Amino acid sequence: MLIDETRCTGCRACQVACKQWNDLPAETTRNRGTYTNPPALSANTWSLIEFKEIETRGQIGFYFLRRACMHCEHPACASACLVGALHKTAEGPVLYDDHKCIGCRYCMIACPFGIPTFDWNKGLLDQPLIRKCVFCADRVQNGLTPACAKACPSRVILFGGRDELIAEGEARIRQSPGRYVNRIYGKAEAGGTSVLYLSSIPFEQLGLPRLDSAPVTVLSEWVMRYTLPFAAAWGAALTGLALLVRWRNRGKPKRPSSKEAA
Amino acid sequence: MTLARFRPSKGTLALGALSALAFVVAVMRYAFGLRAISNLSDGYPWGFWISFDLLCGVALAAGAFTTASVVYIFDLKRFNPLLRPAILTGFLGYLMVIVALLVDLGRPERIWHLIIFWNPESVMFEVGWCVMLYTAVLALEFSSVVFEKFGWRRLSALHRYVTPALVILGTLLSTLHQSSLGSLFLAAPTKVQPLWFSPWLPVFFFLSAVAVGPAIVIVESFISARVLQRGLETELVGELARAIPLALGAYLILKVFDLTTAGEWGSAFQGSTGALFWLEIIGGVILPLGLFALPSVRRSDARLFGAALLVIGGVVLNRFDVSLIGWARPAETWYFPHWMELAMTAGIVAGGVMVFGLVARYLPLFTPSHAAEPAE
Ligand code: SF4
Ligand code: SF4
Repeated sequence: MLIDETRCTGCRACQVACKQWNDLPAETTRNRGTYTNPPALSANTWSLIEFKEIETRGQIGFYFLRRACMHCEHPACASACLVGALHKTAEGPVLYDDHKCIGCRYCMIACPFGIPTFDWNKGLLDQPLIRKCVFCADRVQNGLTPACAKACPSRVILFGGRDELIAEGEARIRQSPGRYVNRIYGKAEAGGTSVLYLSSIPFEQLGLPRLDSAPVTVLSEWVMRYTLPFAAAWGAALTGLALLVRWRNRGKPKRPSSKEAA
Repeated sequence: MTLARFRPSKGTLALGALSALAFVVAVMRYAFGLRAISNLSDGYPWGFWISFDLLCGVALAAGAFTTASVVYIFDLKRFNPLLRPAILTGFLGYLMVIVALLVDLGRPERIWHLIIFWNPESVMFEVGWCVMLYTAVLALEFSSVVFEKFGWRRLSALHRYVTPALVILGTLLSTLHQSSLGSLFLAAPTKVQPLWFSPWLPVFFFLSAVAVGPAIVIVESFISARVLQRGLETELVGELARAIPLALGAYLILKVFDLTTAGEWGSAFQGSTGALFWLEIIGGVILPLGLFALPSVRRSDARLFGAALLVIGGVVLNRFDVSLIGWARPAETWYFPHWMELAMTAGIVAGGVMVFGLVARYLPLFTPSHAAEPAE
């Protein structure tokens, strides 16, 4: 999906539609002196409009960031999950298997966008789980667009194939170069994402993390790939060392303990 | 010695009370969720338990594999008297880690899922398997003490026969496990402070575990010598301590190399994280490195003990720096452990200490015996 922040009016229809479709209860919040409400994504809020007052060219402007799962092309959460509870589907959504998760929360550590959330208030009988945007996979499978895209009156959220959306985004930048930062966020970030952003101010100012084009898990995956070969070599080395020492010590009288314990 | 003569001392009562409190906290956690007893949040999914109980707990259990490899891989049999308590400390350490994980995991009843659902790309997968396998190896290594107590000759003989292989397996698993705890944070390159993030994290975690292993053996020998009123094998312990400067030296060289190649020295002179970094490097690495290199330190109980505490403090600070203090927190989030988080940890540690005391009382823990000599 392509999100054109320059069109967003901050009406939060998407945020509400997400709650409705996914049956998420409202949260009790208090006034924190900002329009962003609730304050952050949570197990009951999978999509959130963040209100930002940002000064550009000497003027204070209101900017709106729709924060939700980016459905990465190479998801760090899925790479990190030890039981493989998260996976990238061929259609795009990164989905979660309720039945596998053990609740270690390593996916939350790994996700560079800080997306997965946990049911902190649920005891064991209530079966706490990791929660995040599911790209309305159930709607998409039945030929509908995600609830947020459907609800948006300003057509900020465009749903479609990734390549088409990149082409569309580049076309918009070409047509009105003054309106946009000359880059699509998510085209390359962290190995690419299925959610793409257009913006009139630098993406870091908007609150999106600055990321390399390599997936954040390249190093950890590299280490895991070489772990078994390393283990085999290290095991052989330790065995060899033990045998070598014994061979050198052969024939020497066994030394008594330097001091018998009381 | 019989149970009938057992009269709990004040210390034991205090430990028992701590464990009982932790039990109540655990019941609350299972009934009402993690929020009820902790300050963990979506911004801080991992807190005190991961930093202390898991990362420090595993590092501080390193006395078992370091001592075992000295005795069985380097074939230095004179260190035998240190071995059994070291293995017991490691074994109990791992059991405490598991108990803490059962509290920290969101779905502890599914912990066995790691056996049936595999994702070999995940570092956590390696961590899980290492905890499981190495705890089993430690149990087997320690079982000789039980065999000896009950005079099961056949089993003792079998144990003597397989011990060298068991120790090699244990050392291998420890290497993997210690380093994998560092690798865990490789998946979060944007969230760990540049002073601590490094592609060498697994090697740093391993080297510091090798350094802290003998330090733990020193502290454990010192304390049990006091409490159980036995003599301390100062000479032997001091000799074991000679391994510490080697590991710390390697650590220091790699750290300097790493920060230089990464061009991150600048951050070492900025703000409170810079100060923490120097506290860790000077207090926990350079100072003990110098101290343990001095024969006069290695010959005195008190100095050995003090220098060992420095190494331990350095490793504990390092694990907190990597996993919690240096953690890039999202805006508007803040974390400080809830008192019940601390109570949980205190109760688990108290339980471990009580079990150590019981084992020391009823099993042949400190008798150096030929049972530990391998049959060759
Ligand atoms: S944004 Fe985070 S949670 Fe969503 S797919 Fe990417 S890594 Fe996973
Ligand atoms: S919390 Fe669940 S989904 Fe996330 S990494 Fe752990 S097991 Fe996987």
